[in-house]
Amino acid sequence: MTRTQQWGTRVGLVLAMAGNAVGLGNFLRFPAQAAQNGGGAFLIPYLISFALMGIPLLWVEWAIGRHGGGFGHHSAPGQLDRLGPYRWLKYVGVFGLFTNLCVAAYYCYIESWTLAYVWHSVAGTFRAVDPQRFFPDYLGVTAGSMFALPLPALFFFAVTLALNTFVLSRGLEKGVELAAKIGMPMLLVFALVLAVRGLTLAPGDPGVIESPLVGLNFVWQPRLSGLLNPTTWMAAAGQIFFTLSVGMGSIHCYASYVKQKQDVALNAASAGWMNEFVEVVLGGSILIPIATAYLGLNVVQAATAGGSGFGIGFLTLPTLFNNWGWFAPLAGAMWFGLLFFAGITSSLAMGQPILSFLEDEFGFRRTRAALAFGAATFLLGFVCVWLYPGGAFDEFDFWTGTFALVVFALLEVVIFAWIFGMDRGWEEITRGADIAVPRIFRFVIKWVTPTFILVVFLGALFQPQGRAWGAAFWKLFGGEMWPFAPESVIGRVLHVGDAGYSWLDAAGAPTRAMVQDLSRLLLLAVFALCFFLVWKAWRLKARREK
Amino acid sequence: MTGSAGIMLVLTWAVVVFFTARFFVKVLRTPPREDGEP
Repeated sequence: MTRTQQWGTRVGLVLAMAGNAVGLGNFLRFPAQAAQNGGGAFLIPYLISFALMGIPLLWVEWAIGRHGGGFGHHSAPGQLDRLGPYRWLKYVGVFGLFTNLCVAAYYCYIESWTLAYVWHSVAGTFRAVDPQRFFPDYLGVTAGSMFALPLPALFFFAVTLALNTFVLSRGLEKGVELAAKIGMPMLLVFALVLAVRGLTLAPGDPGVIESPLVGLNFVWQPRLSGLLNPTTWMAAAGQIFFTLSVGMGSIHCYASYVKQKQDVALNAASAGWMNEFVEVVLGGSILIPIATAYLGLNVVQAATAGGSGFGIGFLTLPTLFNNWGWFAPLAGAMWFGLLFFAGITSSLAMGQPILSFLEDEFGFRRTRAALAFGAATFLLGFVCVWLYPGGAFDEFDFWTGTFALVVFALLEVVIFAWIFGMDRGWEEITRGADIAVPRIFRFVIKWVTPTFILVVFLGALFQPQGRAWGAAFWKLFGGEMWPFAPESVIGRVLHVGDAGYSWLDAAGAPTRAMVQDLSRLLLLAVFALCFFLVWKAWRLKARREK
Repeated sequence: MTGSAGIMLVLTWAVVVFFTARFFVKVLRTPPREDGEP
């Protein structure tokens, strides 16, 4: 049973928490976001957001987790239930199950790509095949079709899920903690080797057309005008929010295995700053400098214009490593290996809350709970694989990996500060603390953090076309409609930008809109199922207590 | 690299490395309390 589980060492706990936060976004998203939103100036709102939203949220989630763990609850529904007298609180915790399950489904698919790319890097596939062609083939994407059934991708997906299930079934100390103790140092070593090799490239080396420092300059050159642009602040707050893995319920789960008088304040700060080190120092020093050295700044600027380095990371870098001679297969394996370690330490954190819920509330044995998680993740993940060309993957990513996170974080911080109350909340954060937590954070958690998250939430809800907030307000004051961006929450719901919205095309074949809508219905059904399981668990509990 | 980019990089890296190292060293040096301890 989960009650007997605990972390083996404090370092193991901090590494597992840092591993939860460190993900693919640290290496692929951060440098592109920084470069596109003010360069070095981006780091000012970024670090302010970290101090006023990131760190306080980490403390809140660790405190909620340890508090709930004291009552034998290691997942969000039970933990939220213990924060106040209202019966609906446990249903807010449904987000902590739903999000982890659905994000794990598509995240493990990305994780499996990195595993496949490690294999293909070592096998020398990218010496013969252009990754630009390899990637769509690997995903089974064919022009005009909404469906894909790529057997190699399914194979690596199954292997990745089996690995996750196996590690989770070994329990906290021998599974998750051991994986973090191996994965995090390996990730750091791989990242350091690649950063040093990349930054020491020089014009004159085979294939190098520009100094990698030009790329580093692109990331760090401060454009102070960006500070006056609300988009820069929204982007910085969003990056902090998503890089720390807050609003998921996984931090709550890991923290629930901390003993009641043991520290959460220092552990949370250490794990949070470790994530920042990986993101700011290492994440900013690999992708863009190496790509700039071989492709030139103009190409890199165009490739990262959307604020993502995904294209360069998967489609371009494997070819560029071919310039490194005998080191090429090793460099490819290291790059995708570090992405794999970043991924698996995060996906394990998504699985553990599901296991804990099934163990705590339904009395599942650990192995059975791990298998249930693996099976559910495979079924949901299969939808992402099968309907990838139709956009199911993107729908999962947006509604569960972006929207649900912000909603849950906003609700939990309001419940913590206003229902649980800041007096008890502050006592919970500072009990056993090994650092002095500045008292200003009482005020910050009660007022500033919820406001920050609310701004991120409203930003996602109403994001205007081209992120041009000023122009959008002028339009509104001029009596015109608000120009919702297609990628905003409302824009997605209304299918803004879809010309001739229809579920079937002229030939009677399913359209992208159909796949999108059915994916949303599936996600709603999963949410309803999680809601039902929480209701059932509390009904069983009430019967047992009679 | 330009001077302003270099300054931003050095300043930000210094802040991040300082706090990462400071907190992690404290984690390594401070043994966890047992439940009976005050």
